[in-house]
Amino acid sequence: MSAGDAAVAPAGQEELLARFDALVAGGGTVEPRDWMPDGYRRMLIRQIAQHAHSEIIGMQPEGAWLTRAPSLHRKSVLIAKVQDEAGHGLYLYSAAETLGVDRADLLDALHRGQQRASATFNHPALTWADTGAVAWLTDGAAVINQAPLCRTSYGPYARAMRRVCQEEAFHVRQGYDLMRALCEGTPEQRAMAQDAVDRWWLPAVALMFGPPDTEAGGAGARTAAPGAAVSRRARAWGIKRHTNDELRQRFVDQCVPQAERLGLTLPDPAIRWNEERGHYDFTPVDWDVYRKALGDDTHWARQRIAHRRAAHEDGAWVREAAAAYAAREDTVPEEAA
Amino acid sequence: MTTTSDAPAEPATRRPAAAAAAGGTAPAPGGGTDADLAVHLVRLGDDALVLGQRLCQWITRAPTVEEDLALSNIALDLIGHARTLLTRGGRLDGSGRTEDDLAFTRSEREFTNALLTELPGGDFAVTVARQLAYTHYAVLYYEALAGCADAELAAFGARAAKEVAFHRLHADRWTLRLGRGTPESARRMRRGLERVWPYTGELFDEDDVVRRLAASGTAPSPAPLRPVWERRVAEVVARAGLAVPAPSWQARGGRAGLHTEEFGPLIAELQSVHRQFPGGTW
Repeated sequence: MSAGDAAVAPAGQEELLARFDALVAGGGTVEPRDWMPDGYRRMLIRQIAQHAHSEIIGMQPEGAWLTRAPSLHRKSVLIAKVQDEAGHGLYLYSAAETLGVDRADLLDALHRGQQRASATFNHPALTWADTGAVAWLTDGAAVINQAPLCRTSYGPYARAMRRVCQEEAFHVRQGYDLMRALCEGTPEQRAMAQDAVDRWWLPAVALMFGPPDTEAGGAGARTAAPGAAVSRRARAWGIKRHTNDELRQRFVDQCVPQAERLGLTLPDPAIRWNEERGHYDFTPVDWDVYRKALGDDTHWARQRIAHRRAAHEDGAWVREAAAAYAAREDTVPEEAA
Repeated sequence: MTTTSDAPAEPATRRPAAAAAAGGTAPAPGGGTDADLAVHLVRLGDDALVLGQRLCQWITRAPTVEEDLALSNIALDLIGHARTLLTRGGRLDGSGRTEDDLAFTRSEREFTNALLTELPGGDFAVTVARQLAYTHYAVLYYEALAGCADAELAAFGARAAKEVAFHRLHADRWTLRLGRGTPESARRMRRGLERVWPYTGELFDEDDVVRRLAASGTAPSPAPLRPVWERRVAEVVARAGLAVPAPSWQARGGRAGLHTEEFGPLIAELQSVHRQFPGGTW
């Protein structure tokens, strides 16, 4: 809670809230020292932490292929990408810390299963082509999802996202380029590329955008309702700018022609151009499909967290050493080699 | 001074011809300076590639996210060095092999990296100890390379020396933190140094190939750099409250393609996708 919060009387609260609402409605930026409603703060912490966790957990499926990349060029590109993701995680944890939480506590919450990463990464990267499909589709979805966050109402988050988005856009191009190389390669390489797209399409289209939050995008008012309430609140506060379903449509519209150019088939027979809407139709992500894609409580959902926790626990003695050294040496400047 | 004839090699008559030609101790007769330089650059390239591969195994497993980032940064630089060195090596040896041909289609016996670079990662302290030994050597060697007559090689040496200077700073700082952190970290750091130290001598070995290159001013020998290296690492280790392990035995063989048993799985993993798709383009 910010310092201003405790100091003001209930009447002042209303005035602060009115001023906050007006600021956000006018497209203004909220900064860490500004007064903000508790719900706004909680929603931001939840969203930024989930985003940071997703970057860190998202390193795993691709990280598993660093030692097997089939050319030194691709190896370099993949190392750089995984490195970017670690960097994104750090920017985002820093943004979350401006809201009064501690990175160590957020990581503990992830390790204990109290906070989550995107369920997209609860899917295994089974072949080399998966690294391309993840970058092209999952990061492609992330860019569409995250581009509006560069203008989100909370300043530190918006600034972190501007850096993240620039790098993510580069990852999408790299992923597309990797898939293009496979599609122009041997029949076996093309088959590997198609197989990867078959497995990563649904996680990207369903999970990267969250549950359906409009009737148009979902299977009806009943299933759209749970997503819609949260989505409405986030948009009122300027945290989100679009519905999940608007962004999902944008993603499908972007991917279909790209897949055609690659000669790959997106695994959804309902995909076709709708002249009237000016968009591609696709199978609506209904609640059941969403739940199925979630891959929750599967081997991989558990494995991702177990891997994280093992790294954290194995490194405990190193962090303790660094902390002990820093505490002892804090009066002596560290000598440069 | 050590020559590779000291290596615990099997008798020369039994050494596979391919290994001797690609990586072994002597270039093809009459190969001249280019052939010598090719052998030497592939050795240096293999050092960078294999160490980069070992560091990749840390990524997503490091003690902090900052270390995931730092180690991937270092690995990326090393793979970059390997690409430059292997490309030039393949061009000079007349085989027309690309960086990828050399990285992904040679057998274990044809790799000529120093054994230090292939040792399994161990705990973080083993990695720090290896980084300490390698980066101090690499800064010295690449700085020397920056002064060689070959303009392309000199430019590479100058660039690589700047990069490995950052890697050295990273290794120095971790050596201090672990050495002077907790009793546990000091114990592990001491064990890490003991683990890797017998493998450091090979970095400075000099054989006929290196001697000819040094004599013609084509590329420097690493052997004269050893005393400075010893002084520098001893100074960092002392600041960390530890001691450089007493000289005992020295491991050798990597330059002659005689590797550890752990090297086979490392190469199998490195090459698995590439080999799985013959004729593939990436």
